[in-house]
Amino acid sequence: MSGVLVLGGLAGGRLPAATLEMIGAGGALCEQGAGELTVALLGHEPEAHVQEVNVDGVAEIVTVAAPQECFEAHVHQAALEALIGARAPAVVLAGHTLDSLGFAAAVAARGRHGFAGDVTALSWSERGLRARRGAYGGRLIAELEFPGKETVLLLLRAGAFEPAGGAGRATVARLDPELEGRARTEHVEFREAAVGAADITKAELLLSIGRGIRDSEQIPRFERLAELMGAALSVSGPLVEAGWAPGALKVGQSGRTVAPRVYLALGISGAAQHVAGMSKSQTIIAVNSDPQARIFDIAHYGAVADLSEVAAELERLFDRREPAG
Amino acid sequence: MKVLVPVKQVARLGEDLVLEGPGPPQAEGWELNEWDAFSLEAAVKLAEGPPGGEVLVVTVGPERAEEALLACLARGADRAARIWDPVLEGADPLAVAAVLAALAATEEPEVILCGAQSSDAANAATGVALAGLLDLARVAVVDAIECNGDRLTVHRELEGARAEVLRVALPALLTVQTQINEPRRATLREIKQARAKPLVTLGLSELGLDPAGVLAAAGSRTVALAEPERGEGARMLEGSPGEIAARIAELMRADAGAL
Repeated sequence: MSGVLVLGGLAGGRLPAATLEMIGAGGALCEQGAGELTVALLGHEPEAHVQEVNVDGVAEIVTVAAPQECFEAHVHQAALEALIGARAPAVVLAGHTLDSLGFAAAVAARGRHGFAGDVTALSWSERGLRARRGAYGGRLIAELEFPGKETVLLLLRAGAFEPAGGAGRATVARLDPELEGRARTEHVEFREAAVGAADITKAELLLSIGRGIRDSEQIPRFERLAELMGAALSVSGPLVEAGWAPGALKVGQSGRTVAPRVYLALGISGAAQHVAGMSKSQTIIAVNSDPQARIFDIAHYGAVADLSEVAAELERLFDRREPAG
Repeated sequence: MKVLVPVKQVARLGEDLVLEGPGPPQAEGWELNEWDAFSLEAAVKLAEGPPGGEVLVVTVGPERAEEALLACLARGADRAARIWDPVLEGADPLAVAAVLAALAATEEPEVILCGAQSSDAANAATGVALAGLLDLARVAVVDAIECNGDRLTVHRELEGARAEVLRVALPALLTVQTQINEPRRATLREIKQARAKPLVTLGLSELGLDPAGVLAAAGSRTVALAEPERGEGARMLEGSPGEIAARIAELMRADAGAL
C-alpha cells in the first residue's frame, strides 16, 4: 500500500474548486514520503475535466465514468471501492461535502480502512499518517493516528488546504468498474430548499442577534433595524431553543452556514457551535457587553458596549437615510 | 414498521477546560445530541402513521447515557437498549457502527434513522458506516421524509440551499438533519411513564462481539487533544455608542473594502 489517491467527484457536470485543495494536500503528503499522487475523476463524462486536474505533483489521472449524470451514493461507493482495489493507496482524500457524507464512511467501514471526517491538517512521517480535526464542537483540536490501517480514507474541510497549481505531466488512464445497476435510490428532481421568506444564506448583510438581547420582546425592534439597514436578520442557537425565533434563521453548526459580506453580531457570545456557521464571513463586526466574549477572537472589528444603546444609535443613523435604490 | 434510532449522549463543556492527555475533558453535564432529537421525532412520526409500528432507541454508552435513553422513551420511543464495554470509551464512528450493526442484525428494523452528525465529534459518519456494514440502501442528510408503503420519498440537502428529491425502497437508513420537524416535549406524565418502558443493557459478548474486534474496527485513534490557537482578535472600536454605531454603519457600506 503506497501513494495518495484524491477522489475528484464531479457535481452537476463541474469540478468543485476544493478538488485542487485536495490535490494540494495530497501533493504535500507525497513530498513527505507517502508515494505517488493519483487523481481519480468520477462522474458523468469525466474525460472533459482531465486538464483541470493535471497540475503540479500529479503522477496519474484515472477517469471513472458514472452511468448517470446525477450523483448517486451507492454508485460512488462501488466506484471508490474499485479504485481502492485497483490502486491500493495508503491514503485516500475526498472532500467533506454533502455528497461524500453519503458513501465515504460506508467504504471505510466495509473495507476496514482508517477514517476521519472534516480534517483540517495532515502530515506524513515514517510513523505513518497523522490528521487533525475539531473535537467537542470545535472547542478542541484532536490529533489522530491510524495504527494498523493499510489504507486511510479522509474527508477534508474545504478552505483548509492550499490549492495545487501549475502544469503537471500526469499519465491518463481509465478504470471501468461495473457500475450499471448499482444505484439504490431513484432521483426524482432538484428543488430549491424550503426556507422561510428570507434565505439568510443568500444575504449580503446579516444582522445577527443572540442571547444578549435578553428579552423576546426586543425581536421586532431588531427586525425593523435589519430592514432599515437592508440586511437580513439571523439568530444564534439559544434564541431558537428558547422558541423566540424560527430554526430557518439559525446560524451555526446545526443551523445554516453563512458567509455574507458583513456579519454584524449583536449580543452573541461566540460559542464554537455558532462560529462554525459564520467564520467565513468577509467582515465580522461584534458588539458585546462582555469583554471576554469568544466572539472577539474571530471578529475583525469589536466593540464592548451596551447593545441596546448601540442599536438605538444605529436606528437613528439608518432611519435618516434614503432607502437604497 | 419497526424503526431503529441510534442516539448519542454528548458532553456539555464548561467555560474553562482542564485537559489531561488525549482523554475526554471534564464535562459540565450531559445531553442528548441535538440531531438525535430530530431523528427520534421523525421515527415516532413514522411509527404513528399507518400501519403503525415500534421505535427502538439504542445508544453505545456507559450508565449515565441511560438518561438520554429515558428522554427518548418519554418522547415516544417504545423500548431502549444500551450497549457498553469499557473498550468503547471515546470510540470512533466505525467502532460504534460495528457495535450497532450487530444489534441491527438481530432486530431487523425496516428503517434506521440516525442524526446526521453528533454535535461533539461531527464526523457525520456513524449512520452511513452502519448502512455500509449492513449493506443497506441509505440517504445522508435528509430534511424531509414521506412514507409511501414500502418506499420512502426523501429530500436530501445540497449545498446552496437546494435539495434533491429521491425515492428509496425499504429497508433503508437515513441520516436526519436538524429542523426537519418540531421535536415534541415530554409531559411530566410521559417522563414518569418512560421508566416503566423496557430498557435493556447489553455487553459485547451478548452481541457476538469481542473487545479486540471492536478495537480493530475503529478507524482512528486520538493521540492528543489541545485547545485551538486563539485568533489574532478583533480591532476594537472605542468611543460612545453613537461613535461606535457610526463606525459600524461605515463598515457596512457596500464600498467599504474587505479586510
